[in-house]
Amino acid sequence: MTAALLAPAGVFFLFLLIIPLAVVLVFSFGERAPAGGYAAAFTFDNYLNLPARSKAFINTLTLAPLGTLLTAIIAFPVAYFLAVKVSPRWRVTMLVLIMAPFWTSQLLRYYAWIMLLGAKGIPSWLALIGITDVRLINTPWAVLIGAVYGFLPLMVPPIYVSLEKLDKRLLEASADLGATPVSTFFQITLPLALPGVATGSMLVFILLMGDYILPQYLGGGKVFFIGNALVDLFLQSRNWPFGAAVSVALVLIMLVTIYAYMRFVLSRGDRRRAALV
Amino acid sequence: MKQNVIEFRNVSKLFGNVAAVIDNNLAVEAGEFLSILGPSGCGKTTSLRMMAGFEQPTSGEVYIRGENVTGVPAFRRPVNMVFQHYALFPHLSVQDNVSYGLRQRRPRPATADVAKAVDEALSMVRLDGYGSRRTYELSGGQQQRVALARALINRPAVLLLDEPLAALDRKLRRDMQVELQNLQRNVGITFLLVTHDQEEALSMSDRVCVMREGRLVQVGTPRELYDKPVNRYVAEFVGKSNFFKAGEAGKVTSVRPELIDVAKSKKALPDGLVTSTEAKVLNRIFLGEQTEYRVASESLGEFAVVTPRKAEREAGAFDIGDRIAVGWRAEAARLLPDE
Repeated sequence: MTAALLAPAGVFFLFLLIIPLAVVLVFSFGERAPAGGYAAAFTFDNYLNLPARSKAFINTLTLAPLGTLLTAIIAFPVAYFLAVKVSPRWRVTMLVLIMAPFWTSQLLRYYAWIMLLGAKGIPSWLALIGITDVRLINTPWAVLIGAVYGFLPLMVPPIYVSLEKLDKRLLEASADLGATPVSTFFQITLPLALPGVATGSMLVFILLMGDYILPQYLGGGKVFFIGNALVDLFLQSRNWPFGAAVSVALVLIMLVTIYAYMRFVLSRGDRRRAALV
Repeated sequence: MKQNVIEFRNVSKLFGNVAAVIDNNLAVEAGEFLSILGPSGCGKTTSLRMMAGFEQPTSGEVYIRGENVTGVPAFRRPVNMVFQHYALFPHLSVQDNVSYGLRQRRPRPATADVAKAVDEALSMVRLDGYGSRRTYELSGGQQQRVALARALINRPAVLLLDEPLAALDRKLRRDMQVELQNLQRNVGITFLLVTHDQEEALSMSDRVCVMREGRLVQVGTPRELYDKPVNRYVAEFVGKSNFFKAGEAGKVTSVRPELIDVAKSKKALPDGLVTSTEAKVLNRIFLGEQTEYRVASESLGEFAVVTPRKAEREAGAFDIGDRIAVGWRAEAARLLPDE
C-alpha cells in the first residue's frame, strides 16, 4: 500500500531528477564534440576550467544571499503586521493582495522594472531634484530590487504562518518579566518565527541561485548569474561538458549552503517547531 | 495600619461600551495572600491585568508601593505574573526561562550570580536539577512550578496569579494549594490570586475580595465572608446557603445547611432553637465525611441540610420519605439584602 502510494513520486524523481542528474554528472567528465554537444571521455578539464566562469559564481554567491536577506528583512514587518496587527477579517484579503503580482507574467513585470529603472524612469525623476548620474538598470542594485520585488510574495506567507502560531501571551510574559518591546522582539518573537524565516529564505535562496531571467533582464548581461552562464554554455557555445561541470558545481554549492544554514537555524530556534517545517 | 503594596483609586475599565471594572478601590496589603473571587466576567482578570500593566484603566489610578504607575507599561512595573497556561517560552530551557527576568536587568547581573539565583529558585519549587530540561518535556505541575520560579526569582512587590491551578487535575490542585501557601510564607512576598473557585480562595488566602459585575462586593477574611456575608450574592458564592423569605421587603434569611439541627422528632431536637418545623426527606446525597439532605416543609418550602457522619452514630441516617424535625438557633439565621 505504502509502496503503491509512493510509486508516482518515486517514478517522477527517478526519471526527472535522478537520471538527469546522473547524465549531467557523466557529461561533466566528457569532452565537447567538434560540432558542439557531448563526446564521451574521462577528463577533469571541465572542472579545472571552472575559474573561467568565476564572475558568474561570484555574482550569484553574493547577490543571491544578499537578495534573500533583503527580502526577509522587508517581508518580516509585513508578515508581523498581518499576523499581529490586522484584524482576522482582513488577513486573507491582504495576503491575497500580497500575492497579486503573481497574477501577471514574470516577464511583463521585469519589463516594467526595466522602464522604471531605466534612464527615463527613476533616474530621470531623481535628476529633477538635483540628483544626477544615477544608474540603476544593468547594475547589481537593479538585480537586488528585482529580487525583493519578485520574491517578497514567497517570503511573506511562511513568516506570517509562524508569527500567527506564536502565542501572544508569551509576549506579555516577556514584558511582565521586564523585557522592553525591542528585547521581547529579539528574544521571543524572532526566535519563534525563525522556522518561518528559514522556510521562506530557503525558497527564495534556491530560486535566486538558479535564476537567469532576473539577471538577464535587469542585469542586462552585465550582471550575470550562473544560470546565464549555463544558458550561454548549453545554447550558444554548445560546450555541454563544461556546462555540466558548472551545473554540478552549482548543485554542490547549494547543498552545502542549505545544509549549513539549516544546521544553524535548528541550533538557534525552537528545535521542536523547526523540525516540523 | 498595614501598608498597601497595590492600590486602586476609583479605577474603572471600559471595553467599548462594556464596563469590566467599575469604580474599584481594591487594596493589597504588604505580605498578605489576597484572592479575588468571582464568576467569569466579573472583572477579576481585568483588575489583575491592570496591575500587571497589560491594560490601562479608563479612569482612576493604580499605585504600586505608593507610587502612581497609571500608564506605566508592564515591563517597568515591579510585579510579576504566573499566567493561567503558564506561558513558558518554548524555545528556552527551564533555566533560561527562570533566569529571563534577571537577564533583562541593566546593568546585566553576573552570569555566576544568575546561575546561583536560578538554582535557588528551582530548589524553592522543588525542581532541583531540572535546569537543562526543555519546558515541553515537563508535566503540567512541573510547568506550573517553573512559572512560579520564573516570577519569584525577581522578588516582585506582588506576585500575580491568574487562575494558576485551573489547568491541573483535582489531586494535583490540592497539593499545589498547600505548596503555594507554604511558598508564600517562606518567601514573604505578597500574593494576589484570581480565581472563580471559592474553595481555593477560602483555603489559601488571608483575605478574599468578592467581585461582581465589575464591582467589589465584600473584602474580608475567609471566615468573615463565610460567617458574615454582606448580601445574598456573597452567601451564595462563598459556601452554600438556604434562603428563606423574610418579613422585611428586599431581604432574605440565610441559613447555612450545616447549622441546621436535625432529629427524628421535634422532641429530640436540642433546646434553644428559634425555628423548628417538621419536614420530609426528599433526597439524600452521600458526601463521605457528611451527608446532605434535601428536605421540604410546609412552612419553609424546600431546603438543604448537611449533617456530619458523626451525628449518624446516635440517630442513624434518614431515608428518603422519612418525616423528620429540623430547626436552628437564632445566630444561625442571618437577615441579608436580597441582591
